Amino acid sequence: MNPAIELIKIDKSFGPVHANRAVDLRVERGTIHGIVGENGAGKSTLMSILYGFYEADSGEIRVNGEPVRIRSSADAIEAGIGMVHQHFMLVETLTVLENVMLGAEGGALLARGTARVRAELRRLSDDYGLVIDPDAEVGDLSVGLQQRVEIIKALYRGADILILDEPTAVLTPPEAEALFGLLRALRAQGKTVILITHKLHEIMAITDRVSVMRRGEMVAHLNTASTSPPELAEAMVGRRVLLRVEKGARAPGAPLLEVEGLSVADMLGVFRVQDVSFQVRAGEIVGIAGVAGNGQSELLEAIAGMRPVAAGTIRFEGRELAAEDRDPHELRRRGLLHVPEDRLRMGLVPQFEAFESAALGFTDDPAFARGPLLDHGRMVEDLAAKMEKYDVRPPSPRLKTSLFSGGNQQKIVLAREIERGPKVLLIGQPTRGVDIGAIEFIHRRLVELRDAGVGILLVSVELEEVMSLSDRILVLCGGRLTGERRPDGTDERDLGLLMAGVEDAA
Amino acid sequence: MSAPLTIPRWADVVLVPLVSVASAFLVAGLVVLFIGEDPLSVTRILLQGSLGSGEGLGFTLFYATNFIFTGLAVAVAFHAGLFNIGGEGQATLGGLGIALALLNLGFLPGFLLIPVGILAAAAFGAAWAFVPGYLQARRGSHIVITTIMFNWLATVLMVYLLGNVLRETGSMSLETRAFPEASHVPALHEFLGLFGVAIPTSQLNLTLLVALAACVAVWLLIYRSRLGFAIRTVGANPTAAAYAGISATRVTVIAMSVSGALAGGLAVNELMGYQHRLLLDFTAGYGFIGIAVALMGRAHPVGIVFASILFGMLYQGGAELAFEKPAITRDMIVVIGGVLILFAGALDGLFRRLVAGALTRRPRAVEA
Repeated sequence: MNPAIELIKIDKSFGPVHANRAVDLRVERGTIHGIVGENGAGKSTLMSILYGFYEADSGEIRVNGEPVRIRSSADAIEAGIGMVHQHFMLVETLTVLENVMLGAEGGALLARGTARVRAELRRLSDDYGLVIDPDAEVGDLSVGLQQRVEIIKALYRGADILILDEPTAVLTPPEAEALFGLLRALRAQGKTVILITHKLHEIMAITDRVSVMRRGEMVAHLNTASTSPPELAEAMVGRRVLLRVEKGARAPGAPLLEVEGLSVADMLGVFRVQDVSFQVRAGEIVGIAGVAGNGQSELLEAIAGMRPVAAGTIRFEGRELAAEDRDPHELRRRGLLHVPEDRLRMGLVPQFEAFESAALGFTDDPAFARGPLLDHGRMVEDLAAKMEKYDVRPPSPRLKTSLFSGGNQQKIVLAREIERGPKVLLIGQPTRGVDIGAIEFIHRRLVELRDAGVGILLVSVELEEVMSLSDRILVLCGGRLTGERRPDGTDERDLGLLMAGVEDAA
Repeated sequence: MSAPLTIPRWADVVLVPLVSVASAFLVAGLVVLFIGEDPLSVTRILLQGSLGSGEGLGFTLFYATNFIFTGLAVAVAFHAGLFNIGGEGQATLGGLGIALALLNLGFLPGFLLIPVGILAAAAFGAAWAFVPGYLQARRGSHIVITTIMFNWLATVLMVYLLGNVLRETGSMSLETRAFPEASHVPALHEFLGLFGVAIPTSQLNLTLLVALAACVAVWLLIYRSRLGFAIRTVGANPTAAAYAGISATRVTVIAMSVSGALAGGLAVNELMGYQHRLLLDFTAGYGFIGIAVALMGRAHPVGIVFASILFGMLYQGGAELAFEKPAITRDMIVVIGGVLILFAGALDGLFRRLVAGALTRRPRAVEA
């Protein structure tokens, strides 16, 4: 039987960057095929070529043994390839039905198309357990259900081969489980799934075969059953990787950050954080666990001075912060630094050259001044040094910020904040969308900071990350603290209950 | 959906504008053909009229000076993410500032009058832009709406003041008496005459040097100063600005004020350099053309200088054309200008795409 997809010697360059180098890939029909690799390894480029976003410079694509030319997403759909993007392509104000129908209305009058989509939705729900209310407005659906709509869209358009790009990055653990169940059902019906992910445990849990990319090349094709996470990690990074955080015991010092009775309201006056109290001491990592959207972002931003505080006090180094001190600029000057959750939306300016993004918040540094102007030469040198230390690739301070991969962007933000010598570091989602080699590096760096006496407040939706890094874990649900744990005195189940709002009896 | 466009910088700043200008002239040529004139001779007259004589060149550069000021004004606001289309009103107020200062401060030593006039133009222009800036920053009133309204307010205010307060006694026309001699910015032919260099007479005056200095100053401000960094951050990513502790309110108000001050330069060139009195409607739409100039010049001072010269040529060469070819009225020139704006401004993305396509399409494509 011919393989569902066969890529032969695919080559693609963007200017000087050789994103794909003679890449071969064979995906058998009716399998789930994982593709792993660090950020910038060329996975996304390869999938973009398969889906018609880019055209390869050379090479051949075969679908079911037939050579095809894919120059647009329309060609891809024609060939039976569907894609579920990391960022959904949905119209939030339309219903599920309307979104599925969009671009495939079938005539000027909607009635016939509507009936057909309705019937098809029913069939999909019967065949794959893809249960969804066709008349729900997409904007009201949870992220997991929105993703389901994307999958339904692809199937409705006749996809036999489904590409999913980092599908679990936005999902809670139960939603991810549901997705995997669905993917298994698709496989059982003979569909082919290509899964791009960073998370090795997902690869192990669901794929049949896995291909590893590194620096634009395919370095390994493995049967999942006969490989292991350490072997995959080594293939991705090209060296041995520690998947566990090594962290010694350390007695915390004096409290640096004390939050008492803190409440934060959003623009509509809805309380997103309510009556939260905790301390972060010197040499301690306090992790905040919780399902995304339970007040973590608001909490971080309020402490960082970006949001007004509705009630409560924040003390920094023992002194209460008055309203006028709660300004990001002033707090940064005092040593309360902040690595924001969303680096592209908040931590960087994508259009700026990297050295400018790396000066965000620190432009008044005398080292960057030349008379009344900014000394670009020095700013570039400064970032060049940091890039070397943090192994940012490519090490080009004058490259536009948006052209770096996610992990490298994150390293630029981290270098900017950490190298300023924080007393307290607020850090949100430190490894979101970051590849394994970089995760190891970032975790090690955070532990070093803690050992040097910095107080760290860590917010992450990756439970594993919170559990392995933190000295103490606080759980936030619906804007309230539902419990506190030590990492050695808890497990995922216990935290999961607290995250779901089951309050501590103690 | 399509792939993101990445094209080399040289193509972005040189090739794309060239292609769009060439296409604009091609389409304009068709229009000329349609009304029964010969596009080639029309082009010849246009170029001859604007560049072919010292006098024509002088007028071209005089108009270009106006466009540089209004183009820079739009560009500075644009970097802060603001669309200032109130250049007309701000320049009008700049003219009022000049008149009030020069007509009332005639007792100052003569050498002070020119700097005082320039400062007055900048201050009044800035103040007229400050108000919409403040309303945007504090009350969320949309800057496009408020600046349009402020254009009308400026016009009406000027009619009132010239009709009832500032008009020269005994004069029937809506204009002030002449400014003191010492406040006249020297015309270039007079200035060079001092050194024995004779050039043809035109309206071109030393304000051009002020405009070029303003270009350097704007470049330093936007790309090299802390304030410029803050302005560009607010314009490009307001959330990141909030994260960095940059006050969007402050940046909005400052950027608008700087923008208004630059628009005031138009009044310096027109009134202190040429008319030597305040009169109605001296802004003549230069403020609006500034939007096209800034768009075409990619909001960069160097680009703005080139775009300004192009529009200066169109103004001067167009005047010659209307004179030589009765079939081509001033309105036709407006049409050509409009086509240029359409191609350079609105269809910019289209040409970027075409250029990007031409540059990336390689012969060694995927084998089918």
